[in-house]
Amino acid sequence: MGKTLFQKVWDRHAVGQLPDGSTQLFIGTHLIHEVTSPQAFGMLRDLGLKVAFPQRTFATVDHIVPTDQRVEPFQDTLADAMIKELRKNCADFGITFFDIPSGKQGIVHIVGPEQGITQPGTTIACGDSHTSTHGAFGAVAFGIGTSQVRDVLATQTMALSPLKVRKIEVRGKLGPGVYAKDIILHVIRTLGVNGGTGFAYEYAGPTIAGLALEERMTICNMSIEGGARAGYVNPDEKTFAYLRGRPYCPKGKDWDAAILEWKKVASDPDAQYDDVKVFDAAEIRPTVTWGINPGQAIFIDEAIPEPEKLPVADRASAKEALEHMKFKAGQRLAGQPIQVAFFGSCTNARVSDFVEASKFLKGRRVAPGVRAIAVPGSQGVTKVCQEMGIDRIFKDAGFDWREAGCSMCLGMNPDQLVGDEICASSSNRNFKGRQGSPTGRTILMSPVMVAAAAVSGKVSDARQVFA
Amino acid sequence: MSLAPIKKVTGRAVPVEGDDIDTDRIIPARYMRCVTFDGLGEHLFRDVRFTPEGKSKHHPIDQPKHKGATVLVSGMNFGCGSSREHAPQAIVRAGFKAVIAGNFAEIFFGNSTTLGLPCVAAQPSDLQALSKLVSERPETEVEIDLEKLRVKAGSLTFPVAMKPIAQQGLLAGRYDAIADLLANLPKVNALASRIPGPTVP
Repeated sequence: MGKTLFQKVWDRHAVGQLPDGSTQLFIGTHLIHEVTSPQAFGMLRDLGLKVAFPQRTFATVDHIVPTDQRVEPFQDTLADAMIKELRKNCADFGITFFDIPSGKQGIVHIVGPEQGITQPGTTIACGDSHTSTHGAFGAVAFGIGTSQVRDVLATQTMALSPLKVRKIEVRGKLGPGVYAKDIILHVIRTLGVNGGTGFAYEYAGPTIAGLALEERMTICNMSIEGGARAGYVNPDEKTFAYLRGRPYCPKGKDWDAAILEWKKVASDPDAQYDDVKVFDAAEIRPTVTWGINPGQAIFIDEAIPEPEKLPVADRASAKEALEHMKFKAGQRLAGQPIQVAFFGSCTNARVSDFVEASKFLKGRRVAPGVRAIAVPGSQGVTKVCQEMGIDRIFKDAGFDWREAGCSMCLGMNPDQLVGDEICASSSNRNFKGRQGSPTGRTILMSPVMVAAAAVSGKVSDARQVFA
Repeated sequence: MSLAPIKKVTGRAVPVEGDDIDTDRIIPARYMRCVTFDGLGEHLFRDVRFTPEGKSKHHPIDQPKHKGATVLVSGMNFGCGSSREHAPQAIVRAGFKAVIAGNFAEIFFGNSTTLGLPCVAAQPSDLQALSKLVSERPETEVEIDLEKLRVKAGSLTFPVAMKPIAQQGLLAGRYDAIADLLANLPKVNALASRIPGPTVP
């Protein structure tokens, strides 16, 4: 009987069983950032421990960095203390830090793949739930808490119980104006925000195979929003082509050997899955959220559902969502005015996101009264966009073109909603208060839909705005 | 690291009703601008408890009748969202010793267990009954028996669920894995030599 990629990677990285019955799992690559690591270093110091494999941990700064101006000290003294603490910890323990002056800084889940640190067949951990992004390369990647960051620093391992594997098979052709973001929002809406509990999601089928690596990253990124602990795509020729020549990838003969290994790690054709769910890509239309969790979503041409017509378990949350969003059941979101357009985050701030949206933004203007910000996911993304003239297209359209960071995805830096502003956002979470204002309202959508909302001043079907 | 076994949690309870109480609700990201976990307790459920101007919204946690409560009672999918340990840290630092909810997001559950904060899952009807009871009679002592996996509160008693590994870890005082992980470092070193990491450019 064949094995899934998850099983192969798990078996290869298992150190052994712990007394409580869990598995001690070796972590090939560990990524850290300024928010969830300082306390872990503190615990390490308290216990008198060292970092066991400093060459396997990489750091960057993303959550708290201001995106408008980078002069240090930062105006926010708390944020300034956090970047300094990370700098000190990396220096003290010999960890590579992609700091702001390096030109390689950015959102940790964008920097890893960009540097070729994210590789197939490995285990990756990071103190951030969107670590599942790295699964796009055929890695098994876990978001972890700070005590586990401590565990990985001290031992390069952590205690974990194996996951079941659900194959999410997507077949059929995506319609024009329908993107990877729409696929994953549709999957989450269908299977539920906790439908993935206990599972790793393997995204497979011809539609997924047809996606570029950056699109696969968007899908794997939001696995956690569906309750799955990890999500991955089997590595293929596209994966290898994306990684070839990246700084931290093997070179020469080692590269050829690595590819042979990476090919073997993909799920076997006769692999057994704990569950299989099949989706038809042709049925998916541009998707927007109407509520306060990513599963509360509709196609742009649908109406917000009546809470009473939803399954009993979803009704209370739907009512709470309508109250917070100030929307009504039966309402359509197309035409809903917005005040803010946020183009960024680890879900959608890679070069291809900017390139795709720029095709439509060229020669258009952001609607009066809309605050539109574009935040590249990394300094590397910024550089490529500048070389291609993409930044100019966004600026000419009236977007505020910023420096790299997490920015308004979670509002830990000064980029925040004000009051009950409505934000058309390419990010991953529409939780109450997520974007920095307790009463702020987030509508999740694809980057091209964010561009359409920005230029029309209201939630719109990009296929009509850009027809 | 030897830890005291956690076999039973007893205390008064406070209901925090609703499903999908996410980690941003438990501790909004703007309160995570810190390099230690100290002081997180006061920001627990910040935006649900206070207006943007800092005025109390008289959330159950802040009601005098629930002062000193150590058991949090909530709904389905508690702790969904971020992997931030700040969430269970804020709960612990606000004085809570256990959470009873419908079910839990996985990362939150693991983070909580590591901190010695038992999270037990109950049926929705039992949760409703418990919430009602402790709202009406806040002095009621709630007992969570982690060996029997049962909750008792006044005349109310019902079963709860917990992953066996977490349950065993709490009962045996092995819920923080660090000591067990460190004990295997020689095996880890052997395995590491067979697993290539990123190549230094």
